Amino acid sequence: MPKDNFGFLDERETIGQHLRRCGVSRRQFLELCAKLMVAAPAGLALTSKARASEVAREIAKARRPSVIWLHFQDCTGCSETLLRTSAPDLAELILDLISLDYHETLMAAAGKQAEEALQTAMKENAGKYVLVVEGAIPRKAQGIYMKLAGRPALQVLDEVASQAAAIIAIGSCASWGGIPSADPNPTDAVGVDAIIKNKPIVNIPGCPPNPYNLLGTALQFARYGTLPECDELKRPKFAYDRNIHDQCPRRPHFDAGEFARSFGDNGHRHGWCLYHLGCKGPQTHAGCSTRHFNEVVDAWPIGIGAPCFGCTEQHLAFRVPMFQTVEIHKATPPDTYAPPFTKQGNVSAVAAGVAGLIGGALIGAGLAASRKVGSADSPTAEPEPGKE
Amino acid sequence: MSAHTHTQPQPIGGVIFTRPVIILAAFAGLAGALIVWRFAAGLGATTALNDGYPWGLWIAFDVVTGTALSCGGYAVALLVYILNKGKYHPLIRPALVTSAFGYSIAGLSVMIDIGRPWLAYKLPLFWHWNLNSVLLEVALCIITYTIVLWLELSPAFLERAKSSSVSALRRLGEIGLPIARKSLLWLTAFGMLLPTMHQSALGSLLLLSGPRLNPLWSTTLLPLLFLLSCIAMGFGAVVIEGSLSALFLRRKPETDMLAGLGSAMRPLLVLYLGIRLIDLAVRGQLGALFAFDLYSVMALLEMALLVVALVLLASDAQRRDLGNLFRAAMLLILAGALYRFDTFLVAFSPGAHWAYFPNVTEILITAGLVAGEIAGYIILIKLFPIVAGAPRRALAHS
Repeated sequence: MPKDNFGFLDERETIGQHLRRCGVSRRQFLELCAKLMVAAPAGLALTSKARASEVAREIAKARRPSVIWLHFQDCTGCSETLLRTSAPDLAELILDLISLDYHETLMAAAGKQAEEALQTAMKENAGKYVLVVEGAIPRKAQGIYMKLAGRPALQVLDEVASQAAAIIAIGSCASWGGIPSADPNPTDAVGVDAIIKNKPIVNIPGCPPNPYNLLGTALQFARYGTLPECDELKRPKFAYDRNIHDQCPRRPHFDAGEFARSFGDNGHRHGWCLYHLGCKGPQTHAGCSTRHFNEVVDAWPIGIGAPCFGCTEQHLAFRVPMFQTVEIHKATPPDTYAPPFTKQGNVSAVAAGVAGLIGGALIGAGLAASRKVGSADSPTAEPEPGKE
Repeated sequence: MSAHTHTQPQPIGGVIFTRPVIILAAFAGLAGALIVWRFAAGLGATTALNDGYPWGLWIAFDVVTGTALSCGGYAVALLVYILNKGKYHPLIRPALVTSAFGYSIAGLSVMIDIGRPWLAYKLPLFWHWNLNSVLLEVALCIITYTIVLWLELSPAFLERAKSSSVSALRRLGEIGLPIARKSLLWLTAFGMLLPTMHQSALGSLLLLSGPRLNPLWSTTLLPLLFLLSCIAMGFGAVVIEGSLSALFLRRKPETDMLAGLGSAMRPLLVLYLGIRLIDLAVRGQLGALFAFDLYSVMALLEMALLVVALVLLASDAQRRDLGNLFRAAMLLILAGALYRFDTFLVAFSPGAHWAYFPNVTEILITAGLVAGEIAGYIILIKLFPIVAGAPRRALAHS
């Protein structure tokens, strides 16, 4: 079991205790856990357990983490996708699994009340809460391009992050600037990790990301007090280690050379490969091709006939034009097609040698014998007496 | 019959475990150990056989080629009893011994080769029989013929028993010999029928493989070609065995008879070659015969060996030159063996991705079985009255 890196979680109520207090039955809880196992990301430490009852035991032990959610230069798309999770649904998520203490677009409070809620949450859980950041942060002219309660976003982030145990940057904007940072980047917008240097940060890029990537990260933090293993872009490997192209349901069309050449053409209507329409799948790493959004079949760009635009890659989305094709660095399949049959049976060189030796010896011996037989039979070659 | 005009067979006598016998027995012992290993570890672990080539060296050589080589008894019996050439009678017993050994080894090899030998007890149970199966015909024929061959040899054993110093054995010989001699006629008749049936059936086996067999070999005449070539191989085997035993046992070779066999081979070879070429022509495969790919080269090689053998057997003087006759017999056997290997392994292709070459274990088991056969032959002719004819000269010390 991963070590509790933060060492404070045991002070809080566990999810199990909380659910009992709220009158949730064991049956309902197990159903929730089973849904989690189906829907939540593969590779997540909690749901890789074999049975629902085991997952339930682990989750019941988790302390509900306090979460403060900040919005900066964003479209709220990441929050929108979170709102549409169905297993667990939003109520289960924010009430049972985490304790969402501050979220500007979800909370009922406004104005002064809202500011107080933020200050209270920070004070009560100082050094223990998880900060989720949605949106890019403008740095130009001391951050005057975005203000919250009269203060620049830059300052708010500094203040809230300084008390956080860990930071989760949700969406491409919070990860590395996203659309606000697209050329010519008028506000000098950047992601969280360009500003905050002294806190553990997990990037969950995507426009929007699959909500289960956030849920998986949050639950692991709640149960074990650790953050998932990440790649060099700080993306959790459990969700971002797959290449879209390699797992794409349209891959056979790519391999067969069947491409959609324009939207609505014959190939496009037949669901052929979107590579020539600018699909960034060959260079994009995310779980979209195997884990569609919100349990809706084909609810992801390529599934509805739109090329992948590489939203989980820092160098692709909002950097490379939408319809420009990307280079494919891996060997293309026609070079590496598996043969229809594999080679069966082996010919051993030693055996061939042995067979050759025996065959050669037999023929040689036969010839020698024929000479002997011939000479023994001729009347002049009677063997000498006494040779016995 | 002219059975009384020629010299009676006598045991050779002498030391049994000479050095060659010991060396041969050692090879046979090694094969025995490997066979035990094969039954302990299974076919997959011990052989190169695979699903594409379930029939390998053991079938192609031990069974198909081995029994054809063992057709000496059949071929000579054809001469003696069907064509009524009584002068060849002295060749029969030695030929029967090689036949009996060859067929016993073929049966043993089948038992080693089949995947579930523990079900073999069902073979004689007629209510399990599939009467449309060529393989059943082959299996039953080989089992029966092996028994018939040993029964045909029984007078040799009983004659020896009759002169034994043990009274029980002597009584057995006295009672058994007349029975054996009386039943010999029927056994011989049966022994003519059975090889005719199963040697052609060995060819029929490959009829079933259809397009997997290369067109140069795949013909409905396969049974006939197998039968003709097995008789030729049988004659060849008798020539070689007769010359070698004369050489090693220092006896006068039966040059007349062996030369006569050489002459008997010629029409067979011409018939075989003619049928093969005409069949190829009728099926429109002569072009493929001269395509000079692997298959065409193999088929041409088979025929070339036979043509050279025919040339070597052309004149009476050549046939009476034992060394020359011996080489012709070798070529015959090589051609027949090649024809069988080609049909069962080279020209048989279960798919381009399958490959087979016998591994060392298979080769050593086959070699050991043959070594055991030769050792058994030597021991048998020393102990029992098999070989006829006088020693070439009186022994020096007698």
